[in-house]
Amino acid sequence: MSEQAPKKMAIIASKGTLDWAYPPFILASTAAAMGMEVKIFFTFYGLPLLKRDLKPAVSPLGNPSMPMKMPFGPKFFQGINWPIPNLVTSNVPGFETVATGLMKKTFKNKGVATIGELRDMCLEFDVELIGCQMTMDVFGFELGEFIEGVNIGGAATFLEFAAEADIQLFV
Amino acid sequence: MTEVEVDMELDCSGQSCPLPVLKTKKAMDNMESGQILRMVSTDPGAVSDMDAWTKHTGNELVASDVAGPEYVFYMRKK
Repeated sequence: MSEQAPKKMAIIASKGTLDWAYPPFILASTAAAMGMEVKIFFTFYGLPLLKRDLKPAVSPLGNPSMPMKMPFGPKFFQGINWPIPNLVTSNVPGFETVATGLMKKTFKNKGVATIGELRDMCLEFDVELIGCQMTMDVFGFELGEFIEGVNIGGAATFLEFAAEADIQLFV
Repeated sequence: MTEVEVDMELDCSGQSCPLPVLKTKKAMDNMESGQILRMVSTDPGAVSDMDAWTKHTGNELVASDVAGPEYVFYMRKK
């Protein structure tokens, strides 16, 4: 395995919520740890994952599969899945902040790395992070808002690498 | 218990996927070829993951104790 040219993985990260930020960073850091050459193309709502000020949130609204559980209290209490209607998740101010806080706490309790930690690992393992120029223009992002080491490119930049990649994923 | 001479220890207890793999890779980067790393994990997924990681990277999974709840891996750097 190791004597051959390294395998390549190309990922498109198009979602920026806390839950969807995990797959690209987990897979990219792990692939790089396995010796693969990895590039992630951040586009649309995935682009804010490149910001220095990383604040991914999560919303249970319109996501009936998302378990709403409490990360504290006795075990039976933590096991309860709270059925919270859309009427509440959409109308109670700050509900997303609460849901995001609960999910972060749950992840921490379970020993899951933060998005920031996984992103740092990606950089340390030489994963190339590419920001979508068009999305920057549309949403008004400046290169200065992003972490060091981010490259900027477009569809052709991604496709040139993806065409040679062994694994291509759209997240 | 497996008897293997160990050069470096890594405790990944309480850490979920993919941290045991990432930390193993980081630890191995600071080791010499032929040296043995003993990694401890409490993640049941690590049993399959460390097998896959060693196979793909060419490092050798010398021995493992996978009875749980602690999973212990002895890996030789290639």
